[in-house]
Amino acid sequence: MYRYDEFDAAFVRDRVAQFSAQVQRRLAGALTEDEFKPLRLQNGVYLQLHAYMLRIAIPYGTLSARQLRQLALIGERFDRSYGHFTTRQNLQFNWIQLKDVPEILALLADVEMHAIQTSGNCIRNVTADQFAGVAADEIEDPRPVAELIRQWSTAHPEFSFLPRKFKIAVTGAAEDRAAVSVHDIGLRIVRHPETGETGYAVLVGGGLGRTPMVGKWVRDFLPKPHLLAYLEALMRVYNAEGRRDNKYKARVKILVHEIGIEAFRDRVEAEFAQLDPLRIQADAAEVGRIERYFAPPAYAELQDNPPALRRARAANPEFDRWVAQNGFPHKVPGYQAVTLSLKGIGEAPGDITSAGMRLVAELADRHSFGEIRVTHAQNLVLPNVRQDELFDLWHALAAGGLATANAGLITDIIACPGLDYCALATARSIPIAQALATRFAAPDRQQEIGPLAIKISGCINACGHHHVGHIGILGLEKRGEESYQITLGGDAGNASAIGEILGPGLGADEVPDAIERLLAVYLDHRQPGELFVDSVRRLGIQPFKAAFNAELRHDAA
Amino acid sequence: MSTAKLQPLPAILIANDLLTGDTVFFTGDGWTRHPGEALLAGDEAASIRLEAAGQEAMQLNRVVDAYLVDVVLSEGGIPVPRHFRERFRLLGPTIRPDLGKQAEFPGLAAQAGRTR
Repeated sequence: MYRYDEFDAAFVRDRVAQFSAQVQRRLAGALTEDEFKPLRLQNGVYLQLHAYMLRIAIPYGTLSARQLRQLALIGERFDRSYGHFTTRQNLQFNWIQLKDVPEILALLADVEMHAIQTSGNCIRNVTADQFAGVAADEIEDPRPVAELIRQWSTAHPEFSFLPRKFKIAVTGAAEDRAAVSVHDIGLRIVRHPETGETGYAVLVGGGLGRTPMVGKWVRDFLPKPHLLAYLEALMRVYNAEGRRDNKYKARVKILVHEIGIEAFRDRVEAEFAQLDPLRIQADAAEVGRIERYFAPPAYAELQDNPPALRRARAANPEFDRWVAQNGFPHKVPGYQAVTLSLKGIGEAPGDITSAGMRLVAELADRHSFGEIRVTHAQNLVLPNVRQDELFDLWHALAAGGLATANAGLITDIIACPGLDYCALATARSIPIAQALATRFAAPDRQQEIGPLAIKISGCINACGHHHVGHIGILGLEKRGEESYQITLGGDAGNASAIGEILGPGLGADEVPDAIERLLAVYLDHRQPGELFVDSVRRLGIQPFKAAFNAELRHDAA
Repeated sequence: MSTAKLQPLPAILIANDLLTGDTVFFTGDGWTRHPGEALLAGDEAASIRLEAAGQEAMQLNRVVDAYLVDVVLSEGGIPVPRHFRERFRLLGPTIRPDLGKQAEFPGLAAQAGRTR
């Protein structure tokens, strides 16, 4: 894992001191709310329905056990002993008092964490594949470049007041698990087809929100040493030409859409031609310093599928199901990455108690070289578990309620905080997720349905990624009631797609039955081994739409 | 000419406490965390006075984001907002009855008729 050098540490401490002074001035009345709001947002402090909320950055979703313990402590001391992991791999505390924020930020700085640039019109936390560095399908670990971008973009003087927020995601794997195509910039580490050299394929202009768009390729292959100069050129074009007259049209996706990807590319390349990439790129020593922090841990020499694991799986069907569902292939023989589901049936997606955090931290120390990952699907991952220790790990997790075997299944639902917490929300999200998880809780039923991503947002801003859910659910207000719009066929992965709206909005009570009707079409028509989203692609939206709407007409009659 | 639309009545003044962020209600001479103690404005003149009190409290940096919310008085004597958003705000997260004002003030949810 990356460790702060003296500059990082001093920078974060300085920021804590600066923001502490700003909070004091606010509390003393020297700053008005209008003056203070942009300052607090730049430090991750929002005002929500019931309290202040603090959003803490978890760079590229990588956490140490020590950091997670500190988050547990902060939750206990300053919140209600729980936190919420978000779709941007961050952690939010929901019940923060403004007067406590300086002390919390100091505690974060103690473990090399902060809340800088988790809000505001700047480059946000860089996200990455949760299996970075361990995935069997990976070309290269994306975390060193994510860290490089984090350092480059933090308090970047030119890009601190962009037209709108800006999100970058990176993956080094064949399969996109970081939703890179729905970010302002998506980077994929690729091999040059002729030379075999690794570099970046660059997507631009993806995004969700009120105008969802899949990113477009702006560069097929960018040599590594050109990265920061190219990003600078791209950001400069956006900063200069992105709209500032209308916040709903201010994201880079709108600029790319309005002028076209060719014109956008030409402008970026023209800007890039003016720059000296080697002057802008961090020097090789610094790049090497960062990379060394992500060197693989001291793995033992082991065999895959050891006898101890085989015996335990054979003897314990629940454990077997958990390994099959939540295990993920590791590139090193004898190891496995495992997803710790924060989607217990009936729980709030992404929520974990301080006690749960401590348990995960302890198990990370015991079984995963002290490292934890956060997924954009609001789960945790232990990336480096010996297969012969999986049974012990499972036992300990099960005792803490963290061994739900549903990773990637219908009950592994993404949901934003929605109107239970969020001041921007138009409807609740979490109760819908809970109702669906409860409806489809039976493990055999989940297995029968197979991989299926339901994603729920409580407003058009789409923090719950509903547009790219295989089934998406958007909570709105209709005639003074909460109303839920259902979309179908979205995909956040390699075959990224924006879902299509199926019909009129539903009341909360109607949502589980509507999902049942969609599943019935799938189960009736699927070919052997065909996943839900693949059936939707093959069949088209019509049969699903017909089932969805037929029942509604019947209800109305 | 003013195009401001008339505030539906009765109404209460709701805000967030600057220091804690907690949802608070104006009582007539201060702020309370219990919605049952909120001052109810029943006519236009009273609602104008409430609104002015909100502006003043924001200027004095006592509260943030003060605004009027139209309510119905429940049988239990709690001013219950007509809009579901403000109802959630009044009681706390619907998914966590152990948190927020619904937990802090026993009986509040029942008094408010638990209109979700």
